[in-house]
Amino acid sequence: MLRFLVRRVLGAVLILFVISAVTFFLFFALPSDPARLSCGKGCTPELLATIHHNLGIDRPLPEQYWSFLTGIFAGRDFDGQWCSAPCLGFSFVNHQPVLDTLLNRFPATLSVALGAAALMLTVGVGLGLIAALRRGKTVDKVSMAACLVGASVQIYFFGIIARYLLVDELQWLPQPGYTSPFAAPGAWFGGMVLPWITLTVVNAATYARYTRSSMVDTLGEDYVRTARAKGLSSWGVYIRHAWRGAMTPVVTTFGIDLGLFLGGALITETTFNIHGIGKLAVDSVANSDLPMIMGTVLVAATAMVLASIAVDACYAVIDPRVRLR
Amino acid sequence: MPEHHTAPLLEVAGLHKHFPIRGGLLTRRTGAVRAVDGVDFSIEAGRSLGLVGESGCGKSTTGRLVARLLEPTGGAVRYRGEDIAHASRRELAPVRAEIQMIFQDPYSSLNPRQTVGTIVGAPLAIRRTGTASARRARVRELLATVGLNPEHYNRFPHEFSGGQRQRIGIARALALEPKLIVADEPVSALDVSIQAQIVNLLQQVQRDLGIAFLFIAHDLAIVRHFSHRVAVMYLGRIVELADRAELYGDPRHPYTKALLSAVPEPDLGTGDGEAQGRNRIRLSGDVPTPVDPPSGCRFRTRCPSAQAICGTTEPPLLPVPTATGQHLVACHFAEPLPAAA
Amino acid sequence: MTPPSVQSGPFLSVRDLQVRFATEDGVVRAVDGLSFDLRRGQTLGIVGESGSGKSVTSLAVLGMHDRSRTTVTGRVTFDGTELIDATEKQLQSLRGNRIAMIFQDPLTALSPYYTIGAQIAETYRRHTGASRSAARARAVDLLGRVGIAAPGRRADDYPHEFSGGMRQRAMIAMSLVCDPDLLIADEPTTALDVTVQAQILDLLGDLQREFDTAIILITHDLGVVANTAHEVLVMYAGRAVEHGATQQVLTRPRHPYTEGLLRSVPRLHSDVDEPLVPIPGSPPSLLAVPAGCPFHPRCAHRERVPGDDCVTRRPALAEVGHAAACHLPEEPREVLAQQHLQP
Repeated sequence: MLRFLVRRVLGAVLILFVISAVTFFLFFALPSDPARLSCGKGCTPELLATIHHNLGIDRPLPEQYWSFLTGIFAGRDFDGQWCSAPCLGFSFVNHQPVLDTLLNRFPATLSVALGAAALMLTVGVGLGLIAALRRGKTVDKVSMAACLVGASVQIYFFGIIARYLLVDELQWLPQPGYTSPFAAPGAWFGGMVLPWITLTVVNAATYARYTRSSMVDTLGEDYVRTARAKGLSSWGVYIRHAWRGAMTPVVTTFGIDLGLFLGGALITETTFNIHGIGKLAVDSVANSDLPMIMGTVLVAATAMVLASIAVDACYAVIDPRVRLR
Repeated sequence: MPEHHTAPLLEVAGLHKHFPIRGGLLTRRTGAVRAVDGVDFSIEAGRSLGLVGESGCGKSTTGRLVARLLEPTGGAVRYRGEDIAHASRRELAPVRAEIQMIFQDPYSSLNPRQTVGTIVGAPLAIRRTGTASARRARVRELLATVGLNPEHYNRFPHEFSGGQRQRIGIARALALEPKLIVADEPVSALDVSIQAQIVNLLQQVQRDLGIAFLFIAHDLAIVRHFSHRVAVMYLGRIVELADRAELYGDPRHPYTKALLSAVPEPDLGTGDGEAQGRNRIRLSGDVPTPVDPPSGCRFRTRCPSAQAICGTTEPPLLPVPTATGQHLVACHFAEPLPAAA
Repeated sequence: MTPPSVQSGPFLSVRDLQVRFATEDGVVRAVDGLSFDLRRGQTLGIVGESGSGKSVTSLAVLGMHDRSRTTVTGRVTFDGTELIDATEKQLQSLRGNRIAMIFQDPLTALSPYYTIGAQIAETYRRHTGASRSAARARAVDLLGRVGIAAPGRRADDYPHEFSGGMRQRAMIAMSLVCDPDLLIADEPTTALDVTVQAQILDLLGDLQREFDTAIILITHDLGVVANTAHEVLVMYAGRAVEHGATQQVLTRPRHPYTEGLLRSVPRLHSDVDEPLVPIPGSPPSLLAVPAGCPFHPRCAHRERVPGDDCVTRRPALAEVGHAAACHLPEEPREVLAQQHLQP
C-alpha cells in the first residue's frame, strides 16, 4: 500500500511537471501578448519592452520556466518582492499572488463539486439499480428514456432555462452563487442548489446507465446464482452480492468526474456566475494571465491525478483480487 | 514413406517456456511461470503423439511452441532437422503451411463475420494458391473431406452446431496439406455424443493423408484411442513417455498410475459405487504452482512413494527395460524392484 | 460397506415437471414431462448433454428460474411440501438450508468479494440466526470436515487464493453448513482435473454416508455416474428417455441413446483398432424438437420398429423401475443390450 502510494505520487509529480511545461510553452506559442493589455492606448515599443521586462517575459523561455519551477519549491524574488514557496508567481492582471487567489476561489469549486458529486451519484446509481431490478418493466423504460434526455441536454441550456424558471419566474430558489457555508449555511445551500441540480441532470444519466448495465451483467453471474441458492433474501442478493460486483465501472467514471469538478466546473461556474477555479481559468485565459493560467491548470491536473489514485485505491477496497503495487 | 528411417519429422529438445511475472516499482521481473521446463520428444512422419496431463501442466503451451505461435525461452524445435525455435517470420512462412493447429473452442476460433468458404479458404487465399475458382473448388473438396455439405460454402459459423464447427476448423487446418497438426483439446468442448465423430474424423484424416499429430488432451481414454505414443506431463515436464500399449498397460510413473486409476469408467455398474474405490490410488492435494515448483522430483509432494532422494535430485527421463518398444520414465523408483515384482 | 439404511417412501417426488421459456424465437420446452423419486441417502444421477434440460430441472426444483419468462408446471413434493407453487419466501427458507446446491465452476460460483469463511457463515446465519462468532466457528469446522488444512486460517482467504479443488471443497462446505436433506450437485467435477475429481467424488460419497443426504448428481459423464449414483436418469431433448438402477442402465441399456452414449465413449481398455461408434447428427434444438420420438433422426434402430411410430408417436416412459421411452419391442432391446457388453 505504501509502495503503491509512493509510486503513484512520484508518477503524479512527473505528470504535473509535463503538463505545466506543455502549458507554459503553449502559452508563448500563442500570438497574444499579455503586455499589450496593460500597455493601453499610447503604447510605444519602449513601454512595451519595459512591461515585458517587469513581467519577466523578456528572458529566454527555458530560463523563465526554470524560475517558475524553482519558485514552486524554493520561493522566488520578484524585483525585491519575495514570494515564498510554494510560489506560483503574481497575476499579470491584478498583481496578487496566484496562490492566494486560488485558495480564495477553491471553496466555491469544492462546494459545487462535492455537492453535485453526491447528488448525481445518489440519483444516478439509485435510478440504475431500480431500472436493473425492474428491467423490461415500465419503470426501467421510463427512467432510461429520461436518462437519454438528460444526457443529451447541455449545461448552459438546461442551466439557463432552469434559472429563468425556478429563480426568476417562480422564485422557488435564490440566485445561484457562492457564500461561505461557515458564515451563512442557509444562503450557501440555497446558492448551490441550482448548480447541483444542473450537474446532476446532465451527468446522472451516465451513472444510471452504467449501473443498470453493470447490474444486469452481474445479476447473470454464477456467484449471484449461488447467493440465491443459499436462500438469501432478494435484497441480500442484490445489495450484498450483485451490487458490489457492479460498482467498478461506476467508480471509474465517478473518479474522473470528481477530478473534473474539483479542477473547476468551467461551464457551470460561468453559467451561474460562481467565482470558482473554473471561472478563474476562463477569465485568466481571456486576459492572457500566464501565472494564473498555470495555477488553474495545475489545480485541475492535481485534482485529476489524485482522483485517479483514489479510484485505483477504491478498486482494491471493492475487489480483493486487485493488488496495489 | 521413404523418410521413415531418417530423422523424425519433429524433434523437440530441452524445450523451455517461462512467462515472466512483472511487478514492483519499475515493472521489473519478479518471477516466472515455468510453463514448460525442459521437454524432449519427437514425432515421426504420419505418426501421432498424445500429450496428457492436468490443467497447468504445460501441454497446451508445448503445442503452441511446436506450432511456433509462441517463441521458446530455450531449447530446440527441429522440424525436418531444421531448428525453428527462433526462426523469423520470413523463415517460418514455409513451415507454417506444414504445421497447422486445431483449437479447443469451435465457437471462438472461427470468425463469426466470415462465411465458411472464406474461413476454410483463408490459408489458400493468403498464399495466393491457384486461381480464385480453383481455390473455391479446393474448399468444397475440403468441406466434403470433413463431412460437411460443400453447398454450405456461403453459410456463417453460427448456423452450424458445435461438432460441425469443429469440422470447419479441421478443414481449415487441412487446406495447405500440412505434414503435422497440433490438435489442442480438439473434442473437449463438444457434447459426448459428438466427440466420437470428431475423433473418428481426425483418425481418418491422419490415416488417409499421412499427417503426423501432436494430440493434446486431458481425457486419457481419448488420447489412448488416438495416439501411437503417449507422453504424460506434470508441472512443465514429461514424466513418462511410451508406446500406447506400454503406457496404459504397464505404467511406471506413480503419477501416470494415479491418473489412470482416477479415470471414472462407466463399465463397472455395481451400483453401490464401491467396487472401483478399492484399487484406486488417491492423490492428495492439488498440483503445485509452476512459479515455484518443488525441488527435486516435482511430483514428490503428492507422490505416495516419495523418499528422501526425491527432494534433492530431479529424476531424468530415462529408458526402462520393457518387453516391447521404448519406455521412458522420470522416476527414481521406476526400475521394477525385485522384491515388489 | 452397504448402502445406508433406506427409509420407506420417497422424500423428493417429481411428477410431470414441465419447464418452458419464452424466447424471441418461440417457446423452448426445456423440460417436458419429467418424473422421478428420490429417497434419503440415495444418489440419483441425471445424465444428459447440453440442452437436455438437466440443469434447468435443478433450478426449477428450487424455484430459481427467471419467473418473468418461465412457466413451470407439474408437482415437486419435498418432504411433504409442494415446491412448484410455494412462495419465494418459503423457497428462500429451504434453499441453502434443507436443499443445497453445488455448481460446476467453483471459481465463478463463489463471490470474489468475500472471504471463504464469510460466504459459508452467511448461509448459516441466514438460516439459523446464529451469532457472527458461532457462524464463523461453524464455517471453520466445516472447512476442516471437507479436508481443508488449517481451516481457521484458510477461512480468511478469498476464493482466488484457493486452488480449484479447494474451491470446490469450500463450495461443498458451504452447501453442507445447514445439514441439508437434499444436495443438488450440477456438474460438480466437470471443471476439475481427473485426480481432483476423484477426491471430490469420494468426499461427496463419504459425506452422504455420514449425513444420509439425498443427492441429485447432474453430469454429462457416464463414468462419474457409474461410480456414485444408485439410480440413473438419462435425459434427451428435455425428456427422460431412460431411468433405472445404475447397474441396470449402464450394463443393459434399453434406450438406443443411452446405448449410443456408452458405445461412443472410448475406454482405457477398449480395442484401439476399432473406430469409435459415434451417434450420428447433433442434439436437436429445443426450439424444434423432432416429432414423435425426439431421438429418431439419430437412432440406429429405427428400422426395427414397425410402422412410423418413431416419427409420429412420442414413446412414454413408465414411472417406476428400469424403463426406457422407446418403441422398440422389449426383446430386441435386450439383444441390443447384450451386444453392447462385449469388452
